[in-house]
Amino acid sequence: MPLIQVDTLDVTIRRRDGTPVQPVRGVSLCVDAGETLALVGESGCGKSLTCLAIAGLLPRRARAQGRVVMQDTDLLALPRRAARLRRRALIASVFQDATNALNPVRPIGWQVAEAIRLRRSVTRAEAGNEAVRLLGRVGLPEPERRAREYPHQFSGGMNQRAMIALAIAGRPHLLIADEATTALDVTIQAQILDLIADLQAELGMGMIFVTHDLGIVAQAADRAAVMYAGRIVETAPVTALFASPRHPYTRGLLQALPRVDHDGRPLSTIDGIVPPPDRMPPGCAFAPRCPRVGAGCDATIPVSQPLTEAPARSVACHRPVPLSEEV
Amino acid sequence: MMLQFLATKTIRAALTMWLVITFVFIVLRISGDPTDILLPDDASDAVRNFYRAKWGLDRPLWDQYLSYWSALLTGDFGISLRNNLPAWDMVMDRAPKTLLLGGTALGFSLAIGLPLGILAAWWRGSSLDRAVMTTAVFGFSMPNFFLGILLILTFSLHLRWLPSSGSETAAHLILPAFTLGTAFAAQLARFTRSAMIDVLTKPYMTTAKSKGASEARRVFAHAVPNASVPIATILGLKVGELIGGAVVTETVFAWPGLGRLLVHAVAVRDLAVVQAILILIAATMVATNLLVDLYYGWADPRVRVGRTKGARA
Ligand SMILES: Nc1ncnc2c1ncn2[C@@H]1O[C@H](COP(=O)(O)OP(=O)(O)OP(=O)(O)O)[C@@H](O)[C@H]1O
Ligand SMILES: [Mg+2]
Repeated sequence: MPLIQVDTLDVTIRRRDGTPVQPVRGVSLCVDAGETLALVGESGCGKSLTCLAIAGLLPRRARAQGRVVMQDTDLLALPRRAARLRRRALIASVFQDATNALNPVRPIGWQVAEAIRLRRSVTRAEAGNEAVRLLGRVGLPEPERRAREYPHQFSGGMNQRAMIALAIAGRPHLLIADEATTALDVTIQAQILDLIADLQAELGMGMIFVTHDLGIVAQAADRAAVMYAGRIVETAPVTALFASPRHPYTRGLLQALPRVDHDGRPLSTIDGIVPPPDRMPPGCAFAPRCPRVGAGCDATIPVSQPLTEAPARSVACHRPVPLSEEV
Repeated sequence: MMLQFLATKTIRAALTMWLVITFVFIVLRISGDPTDILLPDDASDAVRNFYRAKWGLDRPLWDQYLSYWSALLTGDFGISLRNNLPAWDMVMDRAPKTLLLGGTALGFSLAIGLPLGILAAWWRGSSLDRAVMTTAVFGFSMPNFFLGILLILTFSLHLRWLPSSGSETAAHLILPAFTLGTAFAAQLARFTRSAMIDVLTKPYMTTAKSKGASEARRVFAHAVPNASVPIATILGLKVGELIGGAVVTETVFAWPGLGRLLVHAVAVRDLAVVQAILILIAATMVATNLLVDLYYGWADPRVRVGRTKGARA
């Protein structure tokens, strides 16, 4: 049984003028304990909303439908308070902009200690000590002194470490990292990725790792789910995905990626733009940009199906790339 | 850091007081020769010169300024021209009444405005939010004298529940405090709402939610401490308005406080009393702003370490 199973998740947002849009449609995914699922795709494809829906953090204008099952319980079906308590025991999130994700008027240590006290019945002093220990664990120098400082006194990388300490304080089963390293420079990014990997191994957490940098995916994830215009179009183990992408969109993304063995061919890009949620084409949303588009692509929305030759992979495409074709 | 912050703010407050007192001195000089006011019109030049010398008006201006200061520092604010009592004693006689009225009105506004603002922000867009904001518009667009008279007509003349003038009992306090506090409560509710909404949409509120903190905890442990900084600013700025409103309200309800004394003193050109009241009001406002500054230092660590971004200009 997977750690988390998301079934046909829709996120609907009521816009200010009252019209609803649905930026996330029919997303299904699962993550096992100790496993990392990368969620990739261009900006605006619905990665963040998917994460927020799972973590119960959607803005008030947004509403999630479908099933988010953890420990045999559908979190979306629980009453609000029960859902909060269940998520508190199971899920933690790390966001892109750590400096703004921390409260500017509370000391860092206080914020970590609060996360501890919300999860376990410990005294204030014990939580404070544990917070210092965690801050040290995530690589903050002089954690005792740093715990008394405030987010504006920290660098972005240090705040992200603090944010990670805050997230693991509750010993979550699932860690959602939404572009947790995007805002950081390359060296810090590598350190944070290592830290997350270490902690994951130590705590056995499952992880949903959002990025639009495919370069990180190979190193950070076991499997990847590729999103396009609110849907997951392809899911596969990372090595298989990189070796033989089956969805034309995935192939386009990989061809746009600079490679170590770069042979001088110009990097290709995918022509056209992602259709906005309120102007989805009928049929496959990628059809207008797809190099393999053919008859029937604009008729019905392709259903995600496991590949007969590789049951761990699935693709939602009427005309998938044949296995023989290389990137 | 904190010490330097404290020192800067205290020095600034002292400087403001010095400017105010100097300004009052200059105004008193240019408002005319006191001998013109005090002596009969037909007093001879010899008599005038005698009094000028007696009151030191013949000495150079800097010398007068120094003795003005040394008098102030010993608590001598001059003698009331009307009844020969020390101006300071007359002011101190009335000050507790105004403090009582202003303090009650302020407490009332805080008790009404802050919770309503917080509730309206948390349930923004709800019917509670709309009800609070609509009521607030009425509350703060109603002039004090109009509201005061309306209340007197209703509760004193018509229903005969509450006295309309005087200050003898606690019942006397209700109508004037309500009158003075209503507009302030309305403004406070509106301002608290917008400050809270600003904070509630910040990423750190999402983090608080991701920790699984309850709604009450998110509001009171995370949002309110952040929103309190701009709210304190507004409080500091609005205390002056509260004092101004007190003058009107005291007149409407015949409340024997500083406001009425000031109106009276200005009318009969009782300069020593006017001076004492102005300095007292200025001191109150400077002290309030000093408190607000100290509150920043306490509530907002970004101010404390000297980065004043986001703080009051
Ligand atoms: N509060 C909101 N109101 C209206 N539309 C929204 C809101 N939040 C997100 N959207 C829309 O939903 C779509 C998906 O947004 P989402 O933030 O999930 O994208 P993303 O994949 O995380 O992109 P990025 O890589 O830029 O973070 C976008 O088209 C966005 O415009
Ligand atoms: Mg995003």
